[in-house]
Amino acid sequence: MRPIRVLVAKPGLDGHDRGAKVVAAALRDAGMEVIYTGLHQTPEMIATAAIHEDVDVVGLSILSGAHMTLIPRVLDLLRADGRDDILVTGGGIIPREDMDALESRGTGRLFGPGTPTSDLVDYIREWFEAHEAQTA
Amino acid sequence: MTTAEMLELDRLRDEVAQWRARFDAAKKRNTLFANSGDVVEPLYTALDVAGDASMLEVPGEFPFTRGIHPTGYRGKLWTMRQFAGFGTAPETNARYKYLLAQGQTGLSVAFDFPTLMGYDSDHPRSEGEVGKCGVAISSLADMETLFDGIPLDKVSVSMTINGPAVILFAFYVAAAEKQGVEVSELRGTIQNDILKEYMAQHAWVYPIEPALRLIVDNFEWSAREVPLWNTVSISGYHIREAGATAVQELAFTLADGFTYVERGIARGLDVDDFAPRLSFFWDIHNDFFEEIAKLRAARRIWARHMKERFGAKDVRSLIMRFHSQTAGVTLTAQQPMNNVVRVAYQAMAAVLGGTQSLHTNSMDETLALPTEQAVEVALRTQQVLAYETGVPNVSDPLGGSYYVEALTDKLEAEAEALFEKIAEVGGVVRGLETGWLQRQISESSSRQQWEIEQHRRTIVGVNDFVTEEGALTIPLLKVSADAERYQLARMAKMRAARDDSVVKPRLDALRAAAKTDENLMPLILDCARAYCTLYEIRAAMEEVFGAYREPVFF
Repeated sequence: MRPIRVLVAKPGLDGHDRGAKVVAAALRDAGMEVIYTGLHQTPEMIATAAIHEDVDVVGLSILSGAHMTLIPRVLDLLRADGRDDILVTGGGIIPREDMDALESRGTGRLFGPGTPTSDLVDYIREWFEAHEAQTA
Repeated sequence: MTTAEMLELDRLRDEVAQWRARFDAAKKRNTLFANSGDVVEPLYTALDVAGDASMLEVPGEFPFTRGIHPTGYRGKLWTMRQFAGFGTAPETNARYKYLLAQGQTGLSVAFDFPTLMGYDSDHPRSEGEVGKCGVAISSLADMETLFDGIPLDKVSVSMTINGPAVILFAFYVAAAEKQGVEVSELRGTIQNDILKEYMAQHAWVYPIEPALRLIVDNFEWSAREVPLWNTVSISGYHIREAGATAVQELAFTLADGFTYVERGIARGLDVDDFAPRLSFFWDIHNDFFEEIAKLRAARRIWARHMKERFGAKDVRSLIMRFHSQTAGVTLTAQQPMNNVVRVAYQAMAAVLGGTQSLHTNSMDETLALPTEQAVEVALRTQQVLAYETGVPNVSDPLGGSYYVEALTDKLEAEAEALFEKIAEVGGVVRGLETGWLQRQISESSSRQQWEIEQHRRTIVGVNDFVTEEGALTIPLLKVSADAERYQLARMAKMRAARDDSVVKPRLDALRAAAKTDENLMPLILDCARAYCTLYEIRAAMEEVFGAYREPVFF
């Protein structure tokens, strides 16, 4: 199977990148091709990068409380480009009820503090296998 | 050492050897991980501190290992200073009044992300972020409201602001003028530590060199105009939170401090004119004794370098005054009530290490901004420590502990070794440009995550003693979505009310001065007084200075 391509992105003005970098390194160590955007990205920059880099997965890390504005915008931009096949997942300081609202709006699973990186690896692999089986 | 003392040490050496043989032969647990990953000996004795000069020290004397005041906390308790801010200026003003009524003794402003990055609340990049992680302050008008009814000549105020620090400081000074307060009486701190922003916290605006120029401009201006103000709070906190070990926090932070001192001296300032107003900010993590030793070592290293390397004569240049905050990164979303206990131990370490002020984190901070109830427990934690435990009665009560003294020496030696490494990579500025410093921190962070996932490091409730996660048992604060709308209305009102004929000339004057070597503080203050906004002032200088670009890697 081809390697899974992942864009790890930091939307908004939030400067906390410890989690994003740990996740990016863990996904790379698990054999995925990982691109990291760096900090302070707009939803437009993230959607454009995801499409140009032809990734399978976008992982958004957000600890600033702006998730209800920024995450739906990334989803909408990808949809507008016909790329709703890309999985948008992520994590950070996001209250449970907001996670539920975002997941019902079309994101994949969202993860909170203390999640082992192996959970993310397993989740993305399972999604990818199911997704490949569906599109094959 | 007398012959008798040497014979005593020989006797002790024999006894320790016998103990070691019994220890090695015994069955033991295999889980002893210190936070920095270093091996800790199972026992420390007089052999570990033989000939250690700090054993003969008293507090208030060079090199200040045992504290900066001869009176310890008998003279004055630490300042209980809870970092707070959310929503708009009126909401945060109400929280400040509540905290002061509960016995808090200083204020500490948390700004929202747009403010931290120098964007106005009505800038397109601010959408969705206004008032979320702190209070939105976009002009003098917001600053006036923030401290409405709080006399700025009576309360000391700390502001966590870095990239656009001088602009927010100018708003503050202008707000004090409006209150009719003598500016020379203002007491407080702006964090203004841009080097650690590039290293760890990432709320930057300008490239490194112009950012350092603004800091030195502020040294020069403040020494004259606001002599009691702390011009930089040289911060290890964010470096540690980003993943650094205790030794890295110690060494990188002090190296940042030395860099500011070098820049001040290079401007032609006398070290004793600005060094007394430099303060520090440490992160107090879980490893109790390591944290105490870190604080003791920090004081000693600063005093030695300031005296021997920079030739400071004024004792106030030699003493390290610092704020501490318990480590946010140690809090867990799982079983959040446990965080109260973590915070209490960390607070005690900060006090045993001799902190001048302290913020204790709230139990709910991995989930949201804290509720009033959670903040109250955090503040009460400090009050119990101050008034019930007896810990503040004696200066440096762990001084003379074989373990703590040996650990203090070890941390000092390791920090010195890291200073040499930093010099080898070309100094702090070069180390940031190449990403060397950031990589050191990233590597430590990855190692800690690996240790947790491999169960080499136990986090209660996360990788051991886990309970099936039911419903969350504590209430969370919700910042209302109205905050952003309300703040936008405030901005529109302010823009309509101000005298536009003054705004543009003041910004033009600032932009012109930015191209010269002129000290920019008076010009920024003039802009603030004219209700120029945060972003307008930021942009005027950015046209000359450009913007910072981070080296991206993981």
